[in-house]
Amino acid sequence: MIPISLTVNGEKVVRHVEPRRHLIDFLRLDLGLTGSHAGCEHGVCGACTLRVNGKIMRGCLILAASLDGADVVTIEGISESGEVSDLQAAFVARNAAQCGFCTPGMVMTAAELLAEAGTPTRGEIREYLSGNYCRCTGYQAIVDAVEDTLRSRSAKP
Amino acid sequence: MNEITPASIGLSREDLPNSYIGRSVPRPNVPKLVQGRATYTDDVTLPRMLHAAFLRSPHAHAKFSAIDTARAKAVPGVFRVFTGHDLAKICDPWVATLDHLKGMKSAPQYPLPLNHATWQGEPIVAVVAESRAAAEDGVAALDIEFEALAAQTDMETALAAGTVVIHPELGDNLVFTRTAESGDVAAAFAAAHKVVEARFVTGRHTGVTLEPRSIIADYNPADETLTVYHSTQAPHMMQGVFAKQLRMKEGDVRVICKDVGGSFGIKVHVYPDEVAVAAMARIMGRPVKFVADRFESFVSDIHARDHRIKGRLAVDTEGRVLAFDIDDLTGIGPYSVYPRTSAIEGNQVVNLCGGPYDFKNYRCTTTVVLQNKTPTCQYRAVGHPIATAVTEGLMDLAAEALGMDPVELRRRNLIRDDAYPYTSPPGMRFEGLSHHASLNKLLEMVPLDRIRADQAEARQRGVYRGIGFASFIELTNPSPFMYGIGGARISAQDGCTVRMDPDGSIVASSGVTEQGQGTEAILAQIVAHGVGVPVNRVKIITGDTQTTPYGGGTWACRGAGIGGEAALQSAIALKQQILEVAGAMLQAAPETLDIAMGEITDKASGKPRMTLFELGRIVYFRGDTLPKDLQRELVQTRHFITKEYPFAFTNGIQASWVEVDPATGMVKLLEHWCVEDCGRVVNPMLVDEQVRGGIVQGIGGALYEHCVYDAEGNLLTTTLADYLVPMSAEMPEIHVGHVETPTRESLLGAKGAGEAGTAGAPAAIMNAINDALKPLNARVHEQPFTPERILRALGTIA
Repeated sequence: MIPISLTVNGEKVVRHVEPRRHLIDFLRLDLGLTGSHAGCEHGVCGACTLRVNGKIMRGCLILAASLDGADVVTIEGISESGEVSDLQAAFVARNAAQCGFCTPGMVMTAAELLAEAGTPTRGEIREYLSGNYCRCTGYQAIVDAVEDTLRSRSAKP
Repeated sequence: MNEITPASIGLSREDLPNSYIGRSVPRPNVPKLVQGRATYTDDVTLPRMLHAAFLRSPHAHAKFSAIDTARAKAVPGVFRVFTGHDLAKICDPWVATLDHLKGMKSAPQYPLPLNHATWQGEPIVAVVAESRAAAEDGVAALDIEFEALAAQTDMETALAAGTVVIHPELGDNLVFTRTAESGDVAAAFAAAHKVVEARFVTGRHTGVTLEPRSIIADYNPADETLTVYHSTQAPHMMQGVFAKQLRMKEGDVRVICKDVGGSFGIKVHVYPDEVAVAAMARIMGRPVKFVADRFESFVSDIHARDHRIKGRLAVDTEGRVLAFDIDDLTGIGPYSVYPRTSAIEGNQVVNLCGGPYDFKNYRCTTTVVLQNKTPTCQYRAVGHPIATAVTEGLMDLAAEALGMDPVELRRRNLIRDDAYPYTSPPGMRFEGLSHHASLNKLLEMVPLDRIRADQAEARQRGVYRGIGFASFIELTNPSPFMYGIGGARISAQDGCTVRMDPDGSIVASSGVTEQGQGTEAILAQIVAHGVGVPVNRVKIITGDTQTTPYGGGTWACRGAGIGGEAALQSAIALKQQILEVAGAMLQAAPETLDIAMGEITDKASGKPRMTLFELGRIVYFRGDTLPKDLQRELVQTRHFITKEYPFAFTNGIQASWVEVDPATGMVKLLEHWCVEDCGRVVNPMLVDEQVRGGIVQGIGGALYEHCVYDAEGNLLTTTLADYLVPMSAEMPEIHVGHVETPTRESLLGAKGAGEAGTAGAPAAIMNAINDALKPLNARVHEQPFTPERILRALGTIA
């Protein structure tokens, strides 16, 4: 077992982990943070997308043992901080989530795009989200929700 | 955030109580989904819970006998190991046939096979441990000797002499065959002006629910009850299955659906590994969890659409359809899947080919055979994308042979909008469809002149674009004629209980289920409408066999049409009961009162008389002040089942605009349109999103998704890097329009909307690709339309 000490959603966490424990299992099984989902466990589907040291990453491709000293933010953290409450409201208004299994990862990816504060086209939004699979919506409503949020943010002084 | 009130969706007091039907009310379930606060089955942890992992067959076909479990049992954390023989002591096998599919046969299937492995990925031995990781360590330490057998993998040779017979006791590999024939097909072809024919292939693909199949079974030996947390579409059906197979009473089995992460038909079947989990929990008296990993999903979730279809179409000089002659062959894996069976998809092809058109002469045969591959069964739009691709592919070939515009050929043959009721050649009865109105609406949306001009201009530049159309019909709101008549314990009826609580809140529990479609949202709208309360005062309960009326669940596009009508009828009954009580309190005749925005009003003037809060206070806490003989049952239950028509058919038409790169064979989707008629639209936004999501799954089947096997029956596409599903960058903008022809079978008038997109999209894309390739004299009819297949059609590669 390997000792690690890290910050998760602003809280100090100290644990011992098996070397093979990946971050998504660490969050879900050891910390009870079940908002991030294990969809494929080989880094393709994006359902486990979360933020490590300020950048979005795949929770299923990172070993928890490698995260001593890291700063991890999950969907729970980003929801509580209110960073993307406008984006989340746009998801509701556009019905940009159906079964919702991909949604936390999708929100984490879109949050990074919003943080870049650019003016992407719909095509560029689609490209940005293309590492996150959604099996229900066909993506259009998600693109709409992100576009709506970008537009309303850029309209604000 | 996101509170749904009448004001937030633009409703005033004057609009109510009649205005929730047809409004784009946001789903009350979505805030928890976007905040990561949903609860899927894998998010549930029970005390003393164990975890299961399965050793799966590495061979497509093999015998096995001795299983040495000693090393596995010695792995730290491993608790027990179960073989097929262990589970067979307490769990009976099942046979998936339906009586109304004449001559159908299949072999008994056990939760774990006794000595015969019949597909690569079949669960063979289960290991139960304190964690999933330990269980997998245990699986790796199992010693089992397989004797590999020759595999039957090619459906074309499944019935040939000398072939491998997968289950010798069945005699051969034939599961089912049916021919529908009407009119005089031979004479029609002999008299035809033009005959076109083609061989179509639809690629074996699967549902890829992002949440894998998940189950926790918990048996309590003290009260002899089994509680199952299950990611399923049909909790009551599964309650019956667990009870029957484990020799229990239905009342002792409770199935609970937490949030379900996608279903698409994948989660409405009986899976041997899931029954094994229930059996192991029963034996151990402890909860057992199993969540399929993605590899397991690919080899053990049902597959679908593995068909080869030969089709011929005869037309006269005017372009009128004279006859369709279709021969369908499908391989379904080694077992028909319980309890819906794996013959329904082929049977649907027989029922649906030529469906949109008015013609007399028809012959269609389906032949359903066994293979050593993952079992196939019902996946979103069961049989429809196959029948639509064959029908619409042949229609475009006929248009080309006649030198006629494909839209004009369709217009000449679509069943007239005033021709209903109408019975199709294979016997499908249509209550009311709108093919011509839908076509006209589509042509208002598609800028066809601009597209044709763009196409001609692009060809000058060596850029090949094409537009394709596909009319379709879709079967929804199934009656017992779908499954019940064949002996399956699958409910076509659904119920809803609506109650008013003391503060005037309304709670409705329904037998239909939610997997993301918005079932609970539309039920809330319908109940709010029926009772006369703001929609934010309604709570919906689904997915628990102990607290909801018995019902079929959500599949075959029945949630709105069947569950919605039950909700409406029970809400109206509750309203009448409330008005009876209010009449006694207010000394007014109940028929002079109404309920609007949660208040009792005078019907004529609209003047508020009393709040439901006050009515609730008196009924629940001061019943002594009411007349002694006054009925005050503020809870009402109604059930609904369709009675006049076996199915409520819907219709629609799609158009796809694509660009094909002849150098690479890549298809770029430029734009997509769909007009569909699902009867009464309860929530336009949710219907549009169902159509869009369905279209994208259809696109997946047409262009990307394929379960590829080698000649020995090994599945080669077992990761999401190998099996491609649509991603956002490749998807086109999708425009959705509606025509509304409500069914007269119900007050609500709703039919289903979830499968229309998937039914029509592959055919529209195929026709668009072939329109693009026309100047290059190339054509494709084999899905998925991969770059390789397009380059082969172009002669670029051999």
